Amino acid sequence: MSLSTDDVKKVARLARLAMTEQEMHSAHAQLQNIFDLIAEMQAVDTRGIEPMSHAQELSQRLREDVVSEADQRELFQSIAPQVERGLYLVPQVIE
Amino acid sequence: MINASLKQLSAELAAKKISSVELTRLYLDRIAALNPQLNAYITLNSEISLAQARAADARLAQGKGAALTGIPLAQKDIFCAKGWRTTCGSRMLENFIAPYDAHVISQFNNAGAVNLGKTNMDEFAMGSSNETSYFGAVKNPWNHAAVPGGSSGGTAAAVAARLCAAATGTDTGGSIRQPAALCGISGLKPTYGVVSRYGMIAFASSLDQAGPMARSAEDLALLLNVMAGFDERDSTSLQRDQEDYARDLAQPLQGLRIGLPREFFAAGLSGDVGAAVEAAIAEYKKLGATVVDISLPNSRLSIPVYYVLAPAEASSNLSRFDGVRYGYRAPEYSDLTDMYEKSRAQGFGAEVKRRIMIGTYVLSHGYYDAYYLQAQKIRRLIAQDFVEAYQQCDVIMGPTSPTTAFNLGEKGDDPVQMYLSDIYTIAVNLAGLPGMSIPCGFGANGMPVGLQIIGNYFDEARMLNVAHQYQLATDWHSRAPQGI
Repeated sequence: MSLSTDDVKKVARLARLAMTEQEMHSAHAQLQNIFDLIAEMQAVDTRGIEPMSHAQELSQRLREDVVSEADQRELFQSIAPQVERGLYLVPQVIE
Repeated sequence: MINASLKQLSAELAAKKISSVELTRLYLDRIAALNPQLNAYITLNSEISLAQARAADARLAQGKGAALTGIPLAQKDIFCAKGWRTTCGSRMLENFIAPYDAHVISQFNNAGAVNLGKTNMDEFAMGSSNETSYFGAVKNPWNHAAVPGGSSGGTAAAVAARLCAAATGTDTGGSIRQPAALCGISGLKPTYGVVSRYGMIAFASSLDQAGPMARSAEDLALLLNVMAGFDERDSTSLQRDQEDYARDLAQPLQGLRIGLPREFFAAGLSGDVGAAVEAAIAEYKKLGATVVDISLPNSRLSIPVYYVLAPAEASSNLSRFDGVRYGYRAPEYSDLTDMYEKSRAQGFGAEVKRRIMIGTYVLSHGYYDAYYLQAQKIRRLIAQDFVEAYQQCDVIMGPTSPTTAFNLGEKGDDPVQMYLSDIYTIAVNLAGLPGMSIPCGFGANGMPVGLQIIGNYFDEARMLNVAHQYQLATDWHSRAPQGI
């Protein structure tokens, strides 16, 4: 398959990655090479094969609904980029 | 002392012939002297290391030492360790001080081991040369112009250069085995689910597995005894009885059936690596093993499958880095979306961004079935190949990497060239099997060659036995780089 520059732009937006035109250009070429590598998969007949999502056939464990974590709010907020009065600060989203 | 086994060190410490503080200082001095060239460590904190060493000495004085009490180890910088800067090789986490311990770190702390520091790695474990680290490339101790491999390249270089007694790594597509091979050390990736991933920064959750890296199989067994075990905080951690992974080390290899996959000895394998691996197989025959010709026909698809599945999982895992609760935030932005986009663009390096983009694309509307689902189906075919192969053999052997260590910058700007260096290791992660690499000779350029040993599920004790018997009969594992 061939990837368009519009595809690359769309993916960068979905992935929340700012990119300059030049970065977009080099990403386009490299991603195209990677998708050429991946294309080898397409010829394989996988009719009737169950997808394997995990190395072990596991079902999710259940546990009692009890508190397992201590409150460490101050410790966790001490590593945040911007906090004020116990709240994480982000740019205003609602006028 | 720097060439002593963990068992010997433990005996010396218990007999009070050396203290943990002395041993820790010895390593810290070596690191101060050699790390400026090798760049194997990202973060050191001698205050914490020495405090742990003093605590270990106190514990030993009371006669309460455990298997690793007082032994100085290094930890890959992917494991959160409370109070330690934990960067994962990324600018995104350049100033991140972990607020808690990974399960692996708690296990080592409980065993009384000393943490010497956090080792360098490819950014978010994405790379095969350690060149994607935000903190600079690591040099291979055998030749400073060569790469140490990746992503656990800092750990491999630190173990090879005797800058720690042993250390940890993680392996998503070969990140323990390939650097172990390229730096001439031993490394083991356990069966998926044997070691808890709690507090280990996630790359591709269905493939990531932590394991030990050391100078011998015997050391690996002692380390795995500490690392393995059920942890309810990791939903994929397996509930199994505790094992002693050293229990079978002394078993003879008479009658061992070694499967040799045709596909691992075909075009693409460098002649000198092939010769060293063949010589190792010949040695195993002398030890009583027989060889069986096997085929893993779908293993050639492991690279395309991996470069769909791993980036898909990575793009989800790395969406948590948004500049809000922790990690890098861009200094300037106009609104919330702009803050996300700039923080991520500036915080992540080129390879990480590439993989996030691949993953986002293959999971996006309209492409999911063609890429993600198709890759998961082929993953099953790859795993089934191994199930069939193990009907005929006990372990599988082959090269770990198609070449010895390549030079820094050699693979250039084409990521695909780098991806191909993991051709023999990736299928093992896709199947969830245990795999290891041990030194088995040197290539034409004098650089180490690794022998890969792949075991059946939960067969770590047998693999360690197979590796240990070889190491009793040969001395490749005890060779050290010049000047070390």
